[in-house]
Amino acid sequence: MAITQLSVFLENKPGQLAAAVKLISDGGVNIRALSLADTRDFGILRLIVSDVAKAKALLMEKSIVTETPVIAVKMEDEAGALNRILQSLQEERINVEYLYAFTGAAEFSAYTVLRVDDAAHAELVLKNAGVATLSDGELMQLL
Amino acid sequence: MKNYYQKEIETASREEILAIQNEKIVKQVRHVYDHVAYYRKLMDEKGVKPEDIRSVEDIKKLPFLSKADLRDAYPYGLLAKPLSECVRIHSTSGTTGKRVVAFYTQHDIDLWNDCTARAIVAAGGTKEDVVQVCYGYGLFTGGAGLDGGSHKVGCLTLPMSTGSTERQIQFMMDLNATIICCTPSYAAYIGETLAEKGYKPEDNKLRIGIFGAEPWTEEMRRNIQKSLGIKAYDIYGLTETSGPGVAFECEEQHGMHINEDHFYAEIIDPDTGEVLPEGSKGELVFTALDKEAFPLLRYRTKDICVLSREKCSCGRNFVRMSKPMGRSDDMMIIRGVNVFPSQIETVLLNEGYTPNYQILVDRVNNTDTLDINVELSPEHFSDKVSDIQKRERGLETAMRGMLGIGPKVHLVPPKSIQRSEGKAVRVIDKRKLHD
Repeated sequence: MAITQLSVFLENKPGQLAAAVKLISDGGVNIRALSLADTRDFGILRLIVSDVAKAKALLMEKSIVTETPVIAVKMEDEAGALNRILQSLQEERINVEYLYAFTGAAEFSAYTVLRVDDAAHAELVLKNAGVATLSDGELMQLL
Repeated sequence: MKNYYQKEIETASREEILAIQNEKIVKQVRHVYDHVAYYRKLMDEKGVKPEDIRSVEDIKKLPFLSKADLRDAYPYGLLAKPLSECVRIHSTSGTTGKRVVAFYTQHDIDLWNDCTARAIVAAGGTKEDVVQVCYGYGLFTGGAGLDGGSHKVGCLTLPMSTGSTERQIQFMMDLNATIICCTPSYAAYIGETLAEKGYKPEDNKLRIGIFGAEPWTEEMRRNIQKSLGIKAYDIYGLTETSGPGVAFECEEQHGMHINEDHFYAEIIDPDTGEVLPEGSKGELVFTALDKEAFPLLRYRTKDICVLSREKCSCGRNFVRMSKPMGRSDDMMIIRGVNVFPSQIETVLLNEGYTPNYQILVDRVNNTDTLDINVELSPEHFSDKVSDIQKRERGLETAMRGMLGIGPKVHLVPPKSIQRSEGKAVRVIDKRKLHD
C-alpha cells in the first residue's frame, strides 16, 4: 500500500521554507518526515504529515502542492537493513527516484520512504523479499 | 586634417543636399508606387498620388511603414525590383516567429558600402589600415556592411566574424590590426581579455574602433578607449534601411551624421505620427531615397532620438542624430539581438504555460544576460527535480529558437511574480544604458 506524500514547489529564496512550515505549524499539523530537494532556483519540499488534507489545503495558499504516492517500509534499525531493500529493488531493475528515512516512536524502529518509477511492482518485489510496506492507516499509528 | 571618402557630397552645403534629396524623392516615390503594390495600396488609401510628392517637404504626406508591415509583406511584398535584378538578401534577427528579409541590387550594395566606407574614413581609416571585422557574417548585416566598406576604402580586411576570442586576439596581434569593428560589448570584453593576458593597451596596434548594433553609453566608450588604446566611434543602421552606415560618427564623436544623400530622416511623435520640429525628441523615421530593391518610405525605426543641424567642425553638413535614447515600443536589444516580450509570451503559450513571466536583463562582465522567470502551473509540477529541470531546459531551447539568443529560464511558483496594479511587471532591465 502506497502512502501519501505532499510535494510542495518552493522558490529557492530566504524565508520560503520557513513560510511553508509555519503554515503547517499554525494549522496544528505534525510533520513526521521530510526531505528537501534543492536546486539553485527552486526547491521541492516532500512531507509526510499527520493530516494530509489539512496540510494540503494550508499549503495551497502558498504554492503548488500535490499528493505523491510513495512507499514506506519498516526497517530493522541495524547495519545492512537499507542495503537489503535496495538490493531487491535493483535486482528487479526498479529505479529509485529519491528516498529519505525517519525513525519511529518505538525503540529500534526505522522507516524509509521511497519514490520509485513503478510503485505497484516495487511493493510486490518488497513483499516477496519479506519487507512490509505501510499503509496510510498504519502510518497514522506511528504519528 | 579632414577625412572624407566622398568629399563632394560629404561637404556639400545644406542647399546642395536638399536639391539632391528633392530630385531623388520624386523618382523614388514613382518607382515604389509603380512596383510595390503593398505601398501603392497604402498611398491610395491615404489619397496620395506620386505627383503630390514634389520635394522632401511633401514626404510627410506619405503613409508610414512599420515592422508589422514588413512582417505582413514577408517575403516579397515590398520588393520593388525583379528577383533577377537582386544580388543579396539580409535578414533581421526575427520577431514573433517571422523574420524580416531585405533585398539588395548591386546598386544597393554599392551605396551601402559607400556609407560604411564613409564611416571608416570619417573615423580616420585609410588604405594603410588592417580592419578586423568581428561582427557576425551571414544574414546579419554587420559583417557584410563593414567588410564592404573596408574593401571600398582599400583596407586590408580581416573577416573574423564573431566568437573565438582567443583567435581574435591572436590575429589582432600577429597581423597588426589597426581598426576593429564589432559590438561595443564585445569590444569591452576583448579589452578585458587582453588585460587578463597581461597585455597593456599600447601592446596592440589598434587605433580605431567602429562599434554599433546595440545601445552603449559614453562611460562604455571611455572604458573601451582606455582598455584598447583606441578612439571608439558609433555607427548606426538597420537591416530595413540597408544595414550599418545609415549614420556614423566623425572625429568629433558627438552624434552620428546621417548619410542624407541616401536617407531622409524625420522625427515624429510616436503616438500621433506628427512630424516634430528640429531638436525635438521623438521617433526616428527613415525614407530610402535611392535604394532600388527594398526602398522603404517613411519606415518607423522605433528608436527615440534627437536630430541636430548644428554646424559640425568636421565640415559635414549631414544632420546628426543622437544615440537612440530608448525604444518607442517594448523591444529590448540584448547582445545586439532584438528581443520582444511578445516573442517570449508566444513561446510560453505554445508550450502550454501561462503568460505569467518576468524578464530580467542585466550586464555581467560586459555581456548582456537574459533571465526569464516563468510561473509554473500546477499541472506541470512534479515532485522530481529532474522533471522540472527538464521543463526549464525545454523552454530554454524553445526560447532560443524564437529569440536567436539563449536565455536562462527559471520556473517559479504561481503568483510569485510581483504585480503592480494587477499587471505583472514584464521587464526589469538592470543595464544602465543611458547616461
